[in-house]
Amino acid sequence: MSAASPEKLLQVDNVSLSFGGVQALSEVSFDVHRHEILAIIGPNGAGKSSMLNVINGFYHPQRGSITYKGQTRKAMRPHLAARQGIARTFQNIALFKGMTALDNIMTGRNLKMKVGFLLQALHLGPARREEIEHRLHVERLIDFLEIEAIRKTPVGRLPYGMQKRVELCRALAMEPDLLLLDEPMAGMNVEEKEDMCRFILDVNDEFGTTIILIEHDMGVVMDISNRVVVLDYGCKIAEGTPDEVRANKQVIDAYLGVG
Amino acid sequence: MSTHPVPEDSGSPKGQLNTFPAMFMEAVRRYGDKRAFFQEKEYGIWQSYGWGESLENVRTLAAGLSTLGLKRGDKVCIVGDNRPHLYWGMLATQALGGVPVPLYQDSIEKEMAFIVDHAEARFVLVEDQEQADKMLSIKDTCPRLEWVIYKDPRGLRNYQETYLLSYAAVQEAGRELLKRTPGFFEDQVARGRSDELAVICYTSGTTGVPKGVMLCHGNFILSSHELQKYEALGNESIMAYLPMAWVGDFFLSLGLAIVGGYTVNCPESGSTVMQDLKEIGPTIFFGPPRIWENLLTTVMIRMEDASWIKRRMFHYFIGHAMRMQKKINRHQKTGLGERLLYQLGRLLVYGPLTDRLGLNRLKLAYTAGEAMGPDTFDFFRSLGINLKQIYAMTEAGIFMAVPMNGDVRSDTNGPPVPWIDLKISPSGEVLIRGPGMFTGYLKNEEATQGAFQDGYFKTGDAGFLDKDGHLVIIDRVKDVSHLQDGTMFAPKFLENKLKFSPYIKEAVAIGQARPFVTAMLNIDLEAVGSWAERRNIAFTGYTDLAQKSQVYELVLAEVNKVNASLAEEERTQGTTIRRFLILHKELDPDDEEITRTRKVRRGFIGEKYKALIEALYSDATNVSTEAKVTFEDGRTAMVKANLEIRNTAADTGAREGA
Repeated sequence: MSAASPEKLLQVDNVSLSFGGVQALSEVSFDVHRHEILAIIGPNGAGKSSMLNVINGFYHPQRGSITYKGQTRKAMRPHLAARQGIARTFQNIALFKGMTALDNIMTGRNLKMKVGFLLQALHLGPARREEIEHRLHVERLIDFLEIEAIRKTPVGRLPYGMQKRVELCRALAMEPDLLLLDEPMAGMNVEEKEDMCRFILDVNDEFGTTIILIEHDMGVVMDISNRVVVLDYGCKIAEGTPDEVRANKQVIDAYLGVG
Repeated sequence: MSTHPVPEDSGSPKGQLNTFPAMFMEAVRRYGDKRAFFQEKEYGIWQSYGWGESLENVRTLAAGLSTLGLKRGDKVCIVGDNRPHLYWGMLATQALGGVPVPLYQDSIEKEMAFIVDHAEARFVLVEDQEQADKMLSIKDTCPRLEWVIYKDPRGLRNYQETYLLSYAAVQEAGRELLKRTPGFFEDQVARGRSDELAVICYTSGTTGVPKGVMLCHGNFILSSHELQKYEALGNESIMAYLPMAWVGDFFLSLGLAIVGGYTVNCPESGSTVMQDLKEIGPTIFFGPPRIWENLLTTVMIRMEDASWIKRRMFHYFIGHAMRMQKKINRHQKTGLGERLLYQLGRLLVYGPLTDRLGLNRLKLAYTAGEAMGPDTFDFFRSLGINLKQIYAMTEAGIFMAVPMNGDVRSDTNGPPVPWIDLKISPSGEVLIRGPGMFTGYLKNEEATQGAFQDGYFKTGDAGFLDKDGHLVIIDRVKDVSHLQDGTMFAPKFLENKLKFSPYIKEAVAIGQARPFVTAMLNIDLEAVGSWAERRNIAFTGYTDLAQKSQVYELVLAEVNKVNASLAEEERTQGTTIRRFLILHKELDPDDEEITRTRKVRRGFIGEKYKALIEALYSDATNVSTEAKVTFEDGRTAMVKANLEIRNTAADTGAREGA
């Protein structure tokens, strides 16, 4: 299912990023097409998470540029990224542990809330209407990700796989155009992984969300992504469909063939 | 309602209330949209569907199905969680003279393929992608299957199969047809006869392949009316959460609900049943023993975590209620003081507790399918819940014995119901005859013949009628066995005793033709897990936790308790458990170790765990094993483990005695 006329949603041009003497990314360029699932793979420390952090503006690259929705910038800014429809989940879950799953997901709607602070605090007419509207949206997602049973459970009490799902749900609550998933399946068992795969495919299918994911499980990557970008020591060594990447000599040497 | 259609009455004039669709239309005339037929929790809110709205859905779906070529007598398989749309699918099928065949939604492909093919179903109605995928993969092995209709389009958008249709599309086609022929639906319903099949329920089959039990409209309508009278029911509210494939759900959620005009509540998902129960507070609740045991376990776990003052109060008042219950069981008088204390308990503990469980509006609570541990039973009755152990079976058109209000006991199933003729064969087997009976097994003349003896249906259960005419079921006829020395040994009885412990989830008692009794156990992961957490015992999963020596100590204490109570009774003192082990995996229907209704398949387990059983009857203190685990999609994996075997206090006693 490859896109017929790839429309570029995001363009990364010659991005280089270093922390002191450590070169995290050097001259990395790739495109992300609308509606695709793009996987970024590579050994530990290859710069995968740094790449995501550059895309959503958490890190500012020293060189290169990011073009998102036709606008070219030296660097993104996190609040700008969020407002423009980039959502993400984290490698080590970043939820509000003491809050319920539902409340956590509702925070994902924060940027969409238009009513002023005062009305919200008093919970008056417009604020109430707005909350109902957002709650309905969130409930649809809860139904979508099949987490009805834990709606009112504080997330700190949930098993790891479930927390990951809540985090994905919160990201989706933003109705993102671009979703960044940082190792969505790390530490999961086979069954949880399969569930997560199905959800990622469904999200892509149902909402047309473009997805960039970092993942170590090669089976998963090859199964669900349309294209793969391979990083090694901060450099892009390959890019293409899963089959092309699998056949790439450099990739086999650097990553797949090892062990 | 004054008319009582009799099933034999097949030549009844048109328009009589002799089929479910006809009764359904009558109910619609009576209640319209003023009363809800279904309520379904969706998006966190209970959405309600009135009777009129339901009719509209059934009418358009039926018309749509007929445009696809559904003819009288065609079978329609229905797979999914309890959803109004699937129940409507059943009614729509029946309205056209077709026969719904509900399947267990957690069955694997192989099992589904067998039933779809055996029933010669041309249509399958599924809930969602999960079930649709199974149907697509078995399509080739079921040549008669023509159409797969799904309710929830999620994930199915890009499927190309032309035989895959959405529920909405079928209804849309139905609307077109109804525009051309407005009276189509009513005509079809009027053609229904009471001796036509209402449903085919496949029995889970503890032995061999599943058998399709054929039941007519007349059977159900009669027993629904009778039960309604017997229990003096009015406008009730029920929870539809048990598998649709189980005849009891069909009887309650369609049969009784239509006859009595009930509201049927569908939970949000399988995992939210307990929360939904609390919100609905149904007046009728039907649950197999394991559901009640789960409820009890949850209560016990919660109490362990409660503050000490609550815990003290709970144990004090529950203790009191249980003592009163025991007295009532023995028909002893209770004193005024005791009764006053009970009222105080009701105010402080029993009321709030049943409210939290969602059971405080219950008029009727049934359990069936397996014998229930007497302590579980007493626990709920002592809280003031009218829990009854009934005797029912798919083939019997369900109810055979139901205790009467005011005379409910933990050790009997009450008197046989008046509309059924029940007797005990000389060999001790329960035999029944009556108008509510099934008409045979689908395409299995041999089994049908074999199931009857002189016009009576052989239930396969060993039992007797006590001096008050109450039915007591001992075990399956084939499962009652003897130890080497001839001591009578009813494994299920022991297993139920073991399973009363909150820490033991499943048990298999072994002893046939053996010198003494041994057991293989499953711990309850939730209960033991929480116990372990409180003691800072780290574990990775079931297999790891099950083999912790602390867990063995915990379970040993539970087994010793069971042995102590066995030793009290003369009849059972010879069957105390001398050795046991904790299995490294949970018994699972996917591995064919227990049925989907969680009945232990002894023959299969005896074969599969042969090595373990031999070790139990040797002097070994541990045994290593590996077992195959089957995932829901049919793939398998091996689990290896080294299992410890423990001797109980009863064993030490016996050795010292010898």
